[in-house]
Amino acid sequence: MNTQRYLKGALVAAAMLFANSATAQEKPAEIRIGITTYTSGAASVFGVPARAAAEMLAENLNARGGIEGVPVKISFIDEGAGLETVLTEYRRQVEDVGADIMFGSVSSGVCNKIAPLAEDLEVINFMWDCGTQRILEDDDYDYVFRTQANATQETLAPLAYLLKYKPDFKTIAVVNQDYAFGRDSWEIFLTALKTQRPDVEVVAELFPAFGAADFSAEVSRLQALKPDVILSMSWGGDLDTFVRQAQQRGLFEQSTFIFGLGESSVERLGATLPEGVIIGGRGDHYFRHPEQINNPDFVKFNEDFKAKTGSYPIYSVYHMVQAFAALEAVYAKAIAENGGEWPEKDQIAEAMNGLEFQGFGRPLVVREDNQAIEAQLIGVTTSSSEFPFKVLKDIAIYDGADLIAPVGENSIEWISQFEAGKLAEINPTTFD
Amino acid sequence: MDIILLALLDGIAYAALLFLVAVGLTLIFGVLGILNIAHGSLYAIGAYVTATIGTWLVANGYNPWLTFPALIVSAILVGVILGGLIERLLLSRIYTKEPILQLLITFAVFMILENLQRMIWGVQPYFLDTPLTLLGNVSLAGVNYTLYQVAFLPLAAIAVLVFLRYFLRHTTMGAQILAVTEDREAASSIGINATWVYFVTFVIGASFAALGGALATPTTSLVTGMGANMIVLSFAVAATAGLGQIEGAAVSALMIGIARSFAVYLAPEIEVVMPYLIMVLVLLVRPNGLFGKETVRKI
Repeated sequence: MNTQRYLKGALVAAAMLFANSATAQEKPAEIRIGITTYTSGAASVFGVPARAAAEMLAENLNARGGIEGVPVKISFIDEGAGLETVLTEYRRQVEDVGADIMFGSVSSGVCNKIAPLAEDLEVINFMWDCGTQRILEDDDYDYVFRTQANATQETLAPLAYLLKYKPDFKTIAVVNQDYAFGRDSWEIFLTALKTQRPDVEVVAELFPAFGAADFSAEVSRLQALKPDVILSMSWGGDLDTFVRQAQQRGLFEQSTFIFGLGESSVERLGATLPEGVIIGGRGDHYFRHPEQINNPDFVKFNEDFKAKTGSYPIYSVYHMVQAFAALEAVYAKAIAENGGEWPEKDQIAEAMNGLEFQGFGRPLVVREDNQAIEAQLIGVTTSSSEFPFKVLKDIAIYDGADLIAPVGENSIEWISQFEAGKLAEINPTTFD
Repeated sequence: MDIILLALLDGIAYAALLFLVAVGLTLIFGVLGILNIAHGSLYAIGAYVTATIGTWLVANGYNPWLTFPALIVSAILVGVILGGLIERLLLSRIYTKEPILQLLITFAVFMILENLQRMIWGVQPYFLDTPLTLLGNVSLAGVNYTLYQVAFLPLAAIAVLVFLRYFLRHTTMGAQILAVTEDREAASSIGINATWVYFVTFVIGASFAALGGALATPTTSLVTGMGANMIVLSFAVAATAGLGQIEGAAVSALMIGIARSFAVYLAPEIEVVMPYLIMVLVLLVRPNGLFGKETVRKI
């Protein structure tokens, strides 16, 4: 009997050992991360600061001992080199260099192509900055995750703010860049506006060329039309040029402006940007985030970033922070779920479901459709004696869960079913 | 009626900038026979140098009106130094080569200069609006315009057109350029230094590109890639006019500028494609451009 019990025990122990050795992965010498970002072209206004952030974050992470003692090694792919080059280099990073995780990318157009490629290559990909909601709504992925909000949350938040705090408007015009995000974000905004305020008239829909150097005709037309509200989801040099030309000709004095991605231009525009403009942070991103301002890590990161680059962090930088936070969190979770052993790729992918992580904003959670829910920060520009550029006042932070389509639903179809008053009834956390 | 006036004012201002860049491109093609893709980089660098000099002047307490001569000084500096180097070190070696090689080399120069801009000025948008602020605004048909855009830019374009016409038709150097354009070998045989004529022509063309960039500085943000956008637009202007046609470039710039402006008012969905739509329509009817002439093969 004792012999039988001993044999049974030995068999069970052997089976457990075997089972354990089947899922335990040998700890690697390093975790290789490939990052696609713009280091050339117009979008390098986001990509270059994000690259600087990635270098800082990797250095800090390795100084803390890496992930469970394993250092990270990062390399970059320039999205400005063109889609074909990016895809070729992405494949090379995974197949030849042996990247363990990929962060891709800034552009929605690039993300659209990278997502199926990552799935084919079976490499975990964090969509760390691209906005289009279509990728995760139209297809199911096992290896593609988004560590930030999508365009639906980012576009509905400024509209919700407008409807709640400045609802007295009858006409609106849009000036967006003529490319996928410019068109998609307007479709989201307009669909929602029609459900909330069918009485509002859209007096102009302007989509100047991407990279346009001149907005004179647009400014003249808007001056003639005098819309109560002018929306722009533009960014970078295009937004800066539009703001300058509009400001020079007094357009800000006759309309309320909303710049959904304006947080990234505020410092650059200096005194040119007037007071009273509604600004979005593409997430709850702002270097004076009211809930993070007393966080010493946040303050130190901002100071270090300013010292390294000469500018304060913008939302693409904080998106990179979130990608690194998700990286650390998912490895910790996957290792814990694997009994303390180094996880395999599929175990890391499984751990992404329901993952909670936090960058320098509110905590985020990844849903079962691989989409993170991220809070949204909106504020209004005001002058500051502390900075040579406008800062934000009347800040509202929206819970991202209120602004995102349920899992499995198409954003446009979901928005078109909104009941009147839905967005204005959302109560964000407000700060003076 | 107001719409027509507003669209004309916006269109003329836009056309003035287009003409300033396109005229350099078309001059170089007309004389040297080279389609200079690096022209866009000269435009961008002209803008960056202007912003740098202007910002330095203002920051160091100099009279802000000095930013106006700085526009011209910057353009000449870029045209003479950078344009001169490109012509002497590269183009002078490939005048007799295949056009495709010339195109590839100027494209390579464009790529190198794009990277150079990023290395020197970074990727964050630059701007200098002092000249525009100094001139102030004017109200027309109930709409505010900057005097810089509705008066200064068109006057600058007219001045360039008049200068070029006078220079080419009433000066010795102009006559030499026309002679070399007609037949380089024959011009050389009567003692004209064709190498020098090519150099001067390229420097003038490069200076006009840089002047376009310099004059655009007060109204726009300077960003990486701005040269690429402008070379495509200025090529559309030059092709519509007929490559090598200086007065034609002025007419086609006006056509494109005004048509784009009307599109913003009447059909904004086609604003982006308007310059190319006009180019295609013109080339379908007149394959050599509005003012281009059919050339007979010599051999």
